[in-house]
Amino acid sequence: MPMIEIDKVSKWYGAFQVLKNCSTTVDKGEVVVVCGPSGSGKSTLIKTVNALEPFQQGRIAVNGQSVGDRGTNLPQLRARIGMVFQNFELFPHLSIMRNLALAQTMVLKRSGEEAIERGLKLLDRVGLIAQKDKFPGQLSGGQQQRVAIARALAMDPIAMLFDEPTSALDPEMINEVLDVMVELAKEGMTMMVVTHEMGFARKVAHRVVFMDQGEIVEDAAKNDFFGSPRSDRAQTFLSKILNH
Amino acid sequence: MFENFDFDVIARSWQALIFQGLAFTAQVTLLAMAGGIVLGTLLAMMRLSSFKPLAWVAAGYVNLLRSIPLVLVIFWFYFLVPYIGAWIIGAPRPIPVGAFTSALVTFIMFEACYYCEIMRAGIQSIPSGQANAGYALGMNYWQMMGRVILPQAFRNMTPVLLTQTIVLFQDVSLVYIISLPDFVTIASKIAQRDGRLIEMYLFVAVVYLAICLLLSHFVKRLQTRFAIAR
Repeated sequence: MPMIEIDKVSKWYGAFQVLKNCSTTVDKGEVVVVCGPSGSGKSTLIKTVNALEPFQQGRIAVNGQSVGDRGTNLPQLRARIGMVFQNFELFPHLSIMRNLALAQTMVLKRSGEEAIERGLKLLDRVGLIAQKDKFPGQLSGGQQQRVAIARALAMDPIAMLFDEPTSALDPEMINEVLDVMVELAKEGMTMMVVTHEMGFARKVAHRVVFMDQGEIVEDAAKNDFFGSPRSDRAQTFLSKILNH
Repeated sequence: MFENFDFDVIARSWQALIFQGLAFTAQVTLLAMAGGIVLGTLLAMMRLSSFKPLAWVAAGYVNLLRSIPLVLVIFWFYFLVPYIGAWIIGAPRPIPVGAFTSALVTFIMFEACYYCEIMRAGIQSIPSGQANAGYALGMNYWQMMGRVILPQAFRNMTPVLLTQTIVLFQDVSLVYIISLPDFVTIASKIAQRDGRLIEMYLFVAVVYLAICLLLSHFVKRLQTRFAIAR
């Protein structure tokens, strides 16, 4: 059964259509990379998965539960879908430890000790345990993004969404974040990743979804996509970002 | 130039002035600040609501009260609160409301409009990604607001909120018109009794000046210390 099911989703901003009849799936344990030129709607698409962006047509289900239904308990569903943002979005008024513990205690109703224990384990995993009492503003971008990943993992998600997780980083910090993501993928985490990092896609993606102007132009297994993209638009895009 | 003045009137009455008058003014200021910030924050959340009728009601309320002079609002509330109270609880007669309660309700409702605009700016100054991060972690609106947005908005806006409170502190003197025993009312009563108006009003002005300068200085120091590192 697919973990994330996107079925004929369309979205408009006023008269402008940002998503055109998009359909794709992410199976359990699968890593799907979504790429495409800027403005193609890929960030919008990934945000519809946990209903941060509403959509007007189509259906999205996560773990069989429909996202757009009125009856769906959205907070409960979102708590199980981890999300990592382009600008990290750590809470700047809270220490790193409290960033990790806040939603665990408030949303999952874990005890304080339990939340701290889980938080420390994940901080250790992303190699930042020494920073636990610092504030986000005292960390580098790469460190902040690793904390953000740890914060999402602390909720024990059934799937992870990454919205351009390395786009706001200085080049020398990209790898420390990608390394964490690669490791996560190898452990079998279900991941949907919007990124331009084609190296990451080659290394761990199972499938690549290529978007342009709000449409899913190509949805192919990794080797097919890199080996012989069928559409002209995907070929042009690949030649632009691979040959520099 | 001061030979005809008799500053002894202050020496004779300073205890009543400070411990009754100024204490009363401080009490109204602090209570109205607390109530005003709470109500103002709720109004700000309403104004920013995506549910439009809620936003309109809040905007109408804020704009209405901000375009009426405070003296009029104090007067109106003084006469209207007993009737509104009766209407709310369904009593046949206007319920007796003390001048103090009436004044406090007035200041809370009036200052809430200004605190609302400050908090609205404060909430809007927090990047929308913060709200998304809260929601993505499974928080509901109130959890997200209460733990993510408002704490940051409050911190950013504390200096401005306190500056507005300094204005409120001065505005409280307007309760003079409904004869509440604030600092100015007591001072003017003593001044009239002893025929020492100029001396007394000079003293009142100096006290206000000293307190407000002190508070402004304090706010300025907070401003540099309170900024959140991003």
